[in-house]
Amino acid sequence: MGVYIIKRLISGVITLIVVATMTFFLMFMVPGGPFLAEKALSPQTLQALESKYGLDKPVIVQYFNYMKHLAQGDLGTSLKQRGRDVNDIIRIGFPVSARIGLIAVTISLFFGISLGSMAAVKRGKLTDNIIMVIATAGIAVPSFVVATVLLFSFGVRLNLLPTVGLSTPLHYIMPVIALSLYPTAYISRLMRSSMLDVLGQDYMRTAKAKGLSWFVMLFKHALRNAVLPVVTYLGPLMAYIMTGSFVVERIFNIPGLGSKFISSITDRDYPLIMGTTIFLAFLIIFMNVIVDIVYKLVDPRIKFR
Amino acid sequence: MDKLLLDIKNLKLSFFTPAGEVKALNDISIQMEEGEVLGIVGESGSGKSVTAYSLMGLTAYPGRIVDGTVDFNGHRINDMKEHQLRAMRGNEVSIIFQDPMTSLNPVYTIGNQIREVIMLHTNLDKKEAHRRAGELLTLVGISDQEKRLRQYPHELSGGMRQRVMIAIALACEPKLLIADEPTTALDVTIQAQILELMKELKSKINMSIILITHDLGIVASMCSKIAVMYGGKVVESGCVDDIFYNMKHEYTKGLLRSIPKINASEHEKLVPIEGTPVDTLNPPAGCPFAPRCSKCMKICLSRMPAYTSVNEDHYCACWLLQKADFEARADNKGHTEDSAAVAYGVEGGPK
Ligand SMILES: Nc1ncnc2c1ncn2[C@@H]1O[C@H](COP(=O)(O)OP(=O)(O)O)[C@@H](O)[C@H]1O
Ligand code: SF4
Ligand SMILES: [Mg+2]
Repeated sequence: MGVYIIKRLISGVITLIVVATMTFFLMFMVPGGPFLAEKALSPQTLQALESKYGLDKPVIVQYFNYMKHLAQGDLGTSLKQRGRDVNDIIRIGFPVSARIGLIAVTISLFFGISLGSMAAVKRGKLTDNIIMVIATAGIAVPSFVVATVLLFSFGVRLNLLPTVGLSTPLHYIMPVIALSLYPTAYISRLMRSSMLDVLGQDYMRTAKAKGLSWFVMLFKHALRNAVLPVVTYLGPLMAYIMTGSFVVERIFNIPGLGSKFISSITDRDYPLIMGTTIFLAFLIIFMNVIVDIVYKLVDPRIKFR
Repeated sequence: MDKLLLDIKNLKLSFFTPAGEVKALNDISIQMEEGEVLGIVGESGSGKSVTAYSLMGLTAYPGRIVDGTVDFNGHRINDMKEHQLRAMRGNEVSIIFQDPMTSLNPVYTIGNQIREVIMLHTNLDKKEAHRRAGELLTLVGISDQEKRLRQYPHELSGGMRQRVMIAIALACEPKLLIADEPTTALDVTIQAQILELMKELKSKINMSIILITHDLGIVASMCSKIAVMYGGKVVESGCVDDIFYNMKHEYTKGLLRSIPKINASEHEKLVPIEGTPVDTLNPPAGCPFAPRCSKCMKICLSRMPAYTSVNEDHYCACWLLQKADFEARADNKGHTEDSAAVAYGVEGGPK
């Protein structure tokens, strides 16, 4: 186990270096620059700005400079939000996104697993059909549509729920629903197919032949086996959802990381693009290690190599 | 006469699939006394497992008893509610399956899976159930019990897992143990060990066994009675000696010819039974074996032969016997009485 974690750490660091390198050079291949949007910059000012941030140096020099700072955990300074460290922007934005994200993941897991199992148990019946229609719709409808519809109906028309920010628990309801719809639908479908597979396994027949009730059969024998594909999906899901959804954060005006990430790209805010990308990559790697450990706990057949 | 443990009477069981009604069991009757070892033989798809599952109330959806009755240990299985069936399964009757590699839940320890059935059907607490589980492992010939109880199925070999399945089956000292092709998925040496274990257990514990197999060799060494199934019918049944030395049904004869002989010479070939098994969706009107039978007559194709009693517990459903029976009777009485007699003379060749 210890050896395994060390191995994963090393491969994680290598992955991060690759991600950072690729992002860095891709970023410079995209036309445009951070100061182009601002009108009436005299050539002198532009030059002064570029030299201040080191943008006048050859790309390869900039790259090694960046990597040197990265190695010390310094993600640099934002070009657009003058004077703010990228580290600070992430430190402030991430907890906001992560909190909504964790709530959404928990809700998706609960409903996804229950609905998917229910559909599998009632295969071919009305319940199954209803759940699957809803799940398919949940996958097909983009979150900005869900968010807008919610905002318009409950927020504006009925005036039941607050629409801006996250100051009270009530504020969480709409963004969380908008965020969790897709993963709930996805997990339901995943769960249904794996549950169907498990229910047809020989050990379920053994369980029945022992005289166990359907409750024990389902919750003890089937669920733990059927949930394994969901655990695998959990790694990327957690990483993506916790770094925030651009759409949902924009629509509900939430000061999370997701909105920062996208605006950093349109702004060509190079350090912020690098910072958020590397942070996302780090989170994915970290979550996957966690998921591997959880997987091992659920399925004793898994061995760490 | 000993107490009747199992009495299946004129059981008809069908699977109502989208493609149509699959008549898996077509009017079968099987009786079994306490302490008996009954072998059910027949090729794959003949209805052996379906028969076994029906008496545990384990018939899989969309299967349903269409007609007939199943009485086991004083219960009428047909009329039992699900909770009554649950109290019976694993307790009065248990089953071990063909494939030990997939029959145990991969995510729970051996100990957990044995304890579970003990705690379900007895009042033992976890600690006592654990001790009992250890005893059961000893009984089925597994040493180092404490370690084994803590292991997961994937850490055990196939033979070992089948021993665990047997331990689970025996946990509540059932009246009847059903072994559904318990050795088919194992390699030959392990097969012999498992059979040896079952024989040993049979002599230690007073229980009845139904041994399902397509291997007549296995049956000969263990069973007292044999039912030969073909196409959802019991075509012949009797005690071991009747079946092995005085078999009457053409299918049974073919089955016996297809057993490999240990002392067979090089060029003495096995004789496989030619033709394909019965289409259960469209079962033939007459004898199910007719399309593959070399003695098939015209009447075999159109009418199901009734059982002829060869002796007190040897029965066979074949028109050839009816013919012999009829001729004997005709000789005695000196006149014909069955209209079917006309058909007997008309011998149709093999298909
Ligand atoms: N779940 C099911 N659905 C449809 N048909 C089934 C099902 N289970 C068994 N059957 C049919 O019942 C017949 C007997 O099957 P089975 O008892 O499993 O044969 P075997 O003698 O090999 O154990 C087969 O023809 C099979 O097609
Ligand atoms: S009844 Fe006819 S077809 Fe069937 S086994 Fe006897 S002779 Fe053959
Ligand atoms: Mg079978």
